[in-house]
Amino acid sequence: MDYEILRLVWWLLTGVLLAAFAATDGYDLGMAALLPFVAKTDEERRAAINSVGATWEGSQVWLILGGGAIFAAWPPLYAGAFSGFYFAMLLVLWALILRPVGFKFRGKVDDPRWRNVWDWALFVSGFVPALVFGVAFGNLFLGVRFGFDADLRFHSEITLFSLLSPFALLVGLVSLSMLVLHGAAWLLYKTTGPVAARASRVMPYAAAVYAALFTAAGFWLVNLDGARVTSVVDPNGPSNPLLKTVATVPGAWLANAYAHPSLWLLPLGALVAAGLAVRLRARPLRAFLASALVPIFTIATAGSALFPFLLFSSSEPGMSLTVWDASSSKLTLGIMLGAAAIFLPLIVAYTGWVYRVMRGPVDSVY
Amino acid sequence: MDVVELSRLQFAITALYHFLFVPLTIGLSVLLGIMETVYVMTGRAIWRDLVKFWGTLFGINFAMGVATGITMEFQFGTNWAYYSHYVGDVFGAPLALEGLIAFFLEATFVGLFFFGWERLSKVEHLIVTWLVAIGTNFSALWILIANGWMQFPVGARFNAETMRMEVSDFMAVLFNPVAQAKFVHTVSAGYVVGSVFVLAVSAFYLLRGSHAPIAKRSMTVAASFGLASALSVVVLGDESGYTAGQNQKMKIAAIEAMWHTEPAPASFTLFGLPNMKDRRTEYEIKVPWVLGLIVTRSVDQSVPGIDEMVARAKERIKSGLIAYDALDRLRRDRGNARLRATLDAHAADLGYALLLKRFRPDVTSATPDEIARAAQSTIPDVPVLFWSFRLMVAIGFWLIALFALSFWLSATRQLDRWRPYLWAALLSLPLPWLAAELGWVVAEYGRQPWAIEGVLPTFLAVSSRTATDVTLSLLGFVLFYSALLAVDVFLLVKYVRLGPAPGHAKEEAA
Repeated sequence: MDYEILRLVWWLLTGVLLAAFAATDGYDLGMAALLPFVAKTDEERRAAINSVGATWEGSQVWLILGGGAIFAAWPPLYAGAFSGFYFAMLLVLWALILRPVGFKFRGKVDDPRWRNVWDWALFVSGFVPALVFGVAFGNLFLGVRFGFDADLRFHSEITLFSLLSPFALLVGLVSLSMLVLHGAAWLLYKTTGPVAARASRVMPYAAAVYAALFTAAGFWLVNLDGARVTSVVDPNGPSNPLLKTVATVPGAWLANAYAHPSLWLLPLGALVAAGLAVRLRARPLRAFLASALVPIFTIATAGSALFPFLLFSSSEPGMSLTVWDASSSKLTLGIMLGAAAIFLPLIVAYTGWVYRVMRGPVDSVY
Repeated sequence: MDVVELSRLQFAITALYHFLFVPLTIGLSVLLGIMETVYVMTGRAIWRDLVKFWGTLFGINFAMGVATGITMEFQFGTNWAYYSHYVGDVFGAPLALEGLIAFFLEATFVGLFFFGWERLSKVEHLIVTWLVAIGTNFSALWILIANGWMQFPVGARFNAETMRMEVSDFMAVLFNPVAQAKFVHTVSAGYVVGSVFVLAVSAFYLLRGSHAPIAKRSMTVAASFGLASALSVVVLGDESGYTAGQNQKMKIAAIEAMWHTEPAPASFTLFGLPNMKDRRTEYEIKVPWVLGLIVTRSVDQSVPGIDEMVARAKERIKSGLIAYDALDRLRRDRGNARLRATLDAHAADLGYALLLKRFRPDVTSATPDEIARAAQSTIPDVPVLFWSFRLMVAIGFWLIALFALSFWLSATRQLDRWRPYLWAALLSLPLPWLAAELGWVVAEYGRQPWAIEGVLPTFLAVSSRTATDVTLSLLGFVLFYSALLAVDVFLLVKYVRLGPAPGHAKEEAA
């Protein structure tokens, strides 16, 4: 396989991993963000937590695997995004640390104060990552101020506050409402009684907020400065981001969709899926499957708009990272693709088996 | 402290903290597999109670291991960005494969381990337990392949066009002898930690006179498994010493506080007071031949001392400067084949030239004095390594003795007869953790000044963050982790005191 094809495949595969994370662990995050509001009594909260008890740990590995895949397949992106978004990453990390301990420790002491503290810790563990992942995506469109020196050492002028611009926060809320919708759909499918009823009532609001903000973000892109490569691109060239020129052009993030109109189906799919999730609430499993499509289409929309850019530098546009100049070597991409081809289907198979074993509604004793 | 020291401190603290939980997970996962196998084969309910009781403690520990493990993955990117760029092509692959092949398996089935008792048949549940254990152990394999490459960077070469190391032979990375030796040494150490944990907690029950049937059975399993594991830790630690002797000669010399080359057959320093300033070791007690046998597996090869390794480093710095100069010119003249050939000829020493960056950015104009200082900087902290290693080994031998005694007592059915023995088992509880952490100190602190041995100095590997940024995150970790540790220990103590009780399965649910 050519280097070009391998890079393209890995770009798709990275997107698949992120989408798998959002579609599976996304509902765990959404559930946790909803926990104190849709489940009032200890009994109800235990039921809500038990609904993800057996599967959330496996789902979280999609994120860990996504991170590992970025490390292995896009080392400059890994170096840049993680060190550039330093405190945002740490916020997500610390929130994610609260999750395993929250799930495991909450039920270990029979005391209302103890359990209440962990319920709010779980809320933070869902709310913060759901918001910050969106904020990070927003910044991929806005671009961040970074560059490289001649040794390809990444340097940036990014602070936590420079990441919190209005557009980025808007995208953060898109992500939050999307995962709240997904978490509510899961609770509707997996629990019974008052929790399911409250989750069902949340869904239309979450879907409406999502649809409105997602559409608003799309319109915002019309005048937003995007990036376009202006030099000749060698898709088989070395992974060195210093060898190209890039222009900043208003509305450039819509260029791919104008060039390939079928790409409009992706945002359309996201909106339709959100609507279907609400409409299908009488058949909870279908509503849940529809809501799982929302993050998949949303990530596909964002990825296809940004292509071939991975990380856009607003201060040194020429040093932006693209699919063609920020990958690992051809050999590494090839080996990793082979491993993914063998093990991803296996993972899907045994995860499917676990879901089958755990099928059906749960309650407080589960 | 500057950003390099802060980043190192943060990595050391978070890694050592993570490793409080990892070896117990590794050890208990296999012990649970063994206990449940006995349950399925004998059908006796008491073995099921055993699995559920140790499973509860396993769960508390597992949550902490997973939580703190995410930190390790994130941290390469957040704090070691140049490292991630420079070696991500090689180092990232085993980390990604760990997730793909091992951690996914472990994390997917651990949920069923706790939630599947009522939904699975006995044999199905047993398979799930073993899949968790297999995932856990394979996870360690991939992490140690990544770590082994930091100690012995085989199968990769420098690419001037991308300014980084790239894989040239993936099989060499995979079957790196250092990684293999480290893997078996580390998982065996995990089995020892798990066994001592089971042994000590059971001894606590016998001292208190409660839960004797469960405690004795647990001790029997822990004694035999622990004895085999403790023996293999020492044997395979010796294998580690041999592979390090092939590659990290400076580390060996520092562990031995051996300033001058030991003529064959080299003797082992049992005790001494290493003095970094005067470059000598006072009050040495030496055992003839032993070091030569460990490190060279021969009686006719010498073991190089620190001074000789510094002299070799100086030569490699000079060779590295030729590579660096060629690389510098190549940037302005990308197609020049002669420069490329010069670079390739000296690329193996390029990392040594980078050591000079500590003294000046334009390393090609380094003075002889700076070259000498850079060569000196390849000496790790001798007293720390000397003592960490000896303490680790001493604990290893003590635990072998403890397990051997336990094995004999359990075989002769006298486990509850000798209170001094039970106290010794209980008080040994922290020792395997101490040994495991000291092992990492030897391995990683002994690797200094390198992030990747001979390839990338640690001080160049950091992210371009400010010292304030890292101080803040370090403070955050210290506070957050301390609070979590307090909660974790509180819960473990609570559940140990509570002891095994029927009906643990329901409590697992929230």
